[in-house]
Amino acid sequence: MNLSVIFGGEKYNFKSLKDVMAKANEEKSGDQLAGIAAETVQQRIAAKAVLSELLVKDIRENPLVPQENDEVSRIIEGDINEQIYGEIKNWSIEQLREYILSNDTGDRELKRLSKGMNSEIIAAVTKLMSNLDLVHAANKVEILSTCNITIGQKGTLSSRLQPNHPTDNIDGIIASLKEGLSYGIGDAVIGINPVDDSVESVKKVLTATKEFINDWSIPTQNCVLAHITTQMKAIKQGAPADMIFQSIAGTEIANRSFGISADLIREAEELIKKQGTGTGPNLFYFETGQGSELSAEAHMGIDQVTLESRNYGFARHFNPYIVNTVVGFIGPEYLYNNKQVIRAGLEDHFMGKMHGIPMGVDICYTNHIKADQNDVEDLSVLLTAAGVNFIIAAPMGDDVMLNYQSMSFHDVATLLQTFGKKPAPEYLAWLEKMGIYENGRLSARAGDLSIFER
Amino acid sequence: MNDQLVSMITQLVMEKMEKSTGSQTPEIAATPTEQPLIKFYDTVENRSSGTTEAIATSQEPLIQLYQHGAPQQVTTVTSATFEQPVNDAVPIKPFQFEAGSLSESVQAAKKHTPARIGVGRAGTRPKTKTWLKFRLDHAAAVDAVYGEVTEDLLQKLDVFQVTTKVTDKEEYITRPDLGRRLSEESKALIQQKCKPQPKVQIIISNGLSASAIEENVQDVYLALQQSLSNLNIDIGTTFYIDKGRVALMDEIGELLQAEVIVYLIGERPGLVSAESMSAYLCYKPRIGTVEAERMVISNIHKGGIPPLEAGAYLGTVVEKILRYQASGVELVAKEG
Repeated sequence: MNLSVIFGGEKYNFKSLKDVMAKANEEKSGDQLAGIAAETVQQRIAAKAVLSELLVKDIRENPLVPQENDEVSRIIEGDINEQIYGEIKNWSIEQLREYILSNDTGDRELKRLSKGMNSEIIAAVTKLMSNLDLVHAANKVEILSTCNITIGQKGTLSSRLQPNHPTDNIDGIIASLKEGLSYGIGDAVIGINPVDDSVESVKKVLTATKEFINDWSIPTQNCVLAHITTQMKAIKQGAPADMIFQSIAGTEIANRSFGISADLIREAEELIKKQGTGTGPNLFYFETGQGSELSAEAHMGIDQVTLESRNYGFARHFNPYIVNTVVGFIGPEYLYNNKQVIRAGLEDHFMGKMHGIPMGVDICYTNHIKADQNDVEDLSVLLTAAGVNFIIAAPMGDDVMLNYQSMSFHDVATLLQTFGKKPAPEYLAWLEKMGIYENGRLSARAGDLSIFER
Repeated sequence: MNDQLVSMITQLVMEKMEKSTGSQTPEIAATPTEQPLIKFYDTVENRSSGTTEAIATSQEPLIQLYQHGAPQQVTTVTSATFEQPVNDAVPIKPFQFEAGSLSESVQAAKKHTPARIGVGRAGTRPKTKTWLKFRLDHAAAVDAVYGEVTEDLLQKLDVFQVTTKVTDKEEYITRPDLGRRLSEESKALIQQKCKPQPKVQIIISNGLSASAIEENVQDVYLALQQSLSNLNIDIGTTFYIDKGRVALMDEIGELLQAEVIVYLIGERPGLVSAESMSAYLCYKPRIGTVEAERMVISNIHKGGIPPLEAGAYLGTVVEKILRYQASGVELVAKEG
């Protein structure tokens, strides 16, 4: 494995594969915080050059996190199709990039390729991709997933309706829910982040949302994003949950800091299959985000793009219904500004799709990061062009519980109309029946929550 | 949780406060659903008026308060490139954010949530006034990030101040590792001033919003002390930390060998409120404690969980943590 290069008259030596992978990243404050980022822009490009000439097998044979120390590594490696890997192991990362971008490579070829790549290989090629590469390549892949309805079809853009309330007040949640539905939001999931992570509170919110869905025969699914153990208790006590949510990370230690393990997720899988109200086969919802391993002091000197990719390797093992990165939420110490958030959003979406998972994005920002609503609107356009499965929307983009801003109901409707996309087919039929959509777009009545008054 | 106990303690606290303050009764916290609803909690107006009293006690949404707010102190901000003198003959009016009349059902729905619903649309886009209001609130939140707690408040609370290894705002934002460690002088000061091995150690930090501490900490602290005293739980020596991070509780737990730490910290400002505080709790936090062992009660502010109620509730959570000798996921497991 050659880790040196003469570039622009200067010799660059990299210490290890880990070092090349970190320094080949686009600039991220999180990699700088970890003390592993490129020190100059030229060094960054030199690292990309070195990486481009490494072989696929160099990456797999020099694991950054050895399997014996980490169950996430074991799960990722266990899911590799050795036949397909064998076909690509002698390719350089440069060849891999150009294969992905080739006009002869489409959805079928990329899905096959996906089975032969581990998360580190996918991260490596991501580091050689420009932003438009990431958009163009991701858009070739169509990933369908089914809970109660099927989402992800080409030409669709689905959304999670996020009607959070600062005290989990049911009337307040329902008020925002009605508003969102009246804009045609919520085909991916109606998902509430609870303030109160208690079993009682989770049961209450699951029950109220399920009743509303049933009352209005809405072809969608519900979820309350409490800790997995709390949701499991609520389900055991009879609460109606269509899927189970959990935040995940890219190393076993970081997962442990979230209070989870692969065994716990397997246990949840058994439970939701038997006691859940969702049809399936896809019954999990996972959230991720660059920087969470570093935040949990469980990054092992590995860069945040590679660690994020490992999230998707872990996620795909459990055949999730939806996965999203919460791209601007974590804070400026990991993604400093609009430029870094936009890059990370495109990377995460591409890496998720290359893993074959139904990838969405919470396109968002906090108030202490150098970004504003215009920046997330920019990213939403890029991601819609990239064929993102779903995005998250709150009233006017303002989440009054989590105190951050995401996309608005208006934004989802605007993206659909601008790009000529549609909500998921079963949901669109319901929107038309309710008079919210007409001729494939918002009707005159849309946006009025009194549609849901009897 | 034991709701009856919480309300009982809240009652006790309020009675005690009425006695100690005479006619100066603080605003009594109702349950969240009965709270006068603050629809658009306007941080700009709030700060220029210097008090939240008017907002918190009003039954009117702030949109109207804003219009009526003109006689209050108005800060003039003039662009540096503004060349013409202001024409005094033309009165400058407060900007009207009222978006027009709303149907009864929309008005009713809006009463249940501070979320921006019932806002209408221009095509698929937000209306101009709704958009400007959103941008103004974001601007206020951005301007409210950081800030320092006044000396006056620290005196009222009777707490001393320590620092972390962070030196300035920018460093606080980009170097969370430094905000998780005490400065060397502070370690010495804490060891010198604090009671060792306390059952419950209370600590306070501005975090990302000093105004969250300014607005809420007195009520929460008082109610928490009262609640713990009613439960016969002993409290250590409370102190204030400038620019602390959540995981700093681990080092403090280690230093003082505390059994439970309650950490009151300013949250990242949001659009509805730049004054929201969180309380983190942990059983025996020590260096290396994982996040899943922490518990948090967030959204403590007048439009969320009222401070007095939060303080009383925290007392019962502490009691439970001590009883099960666990917090977070571990506590959920032990509770069965």
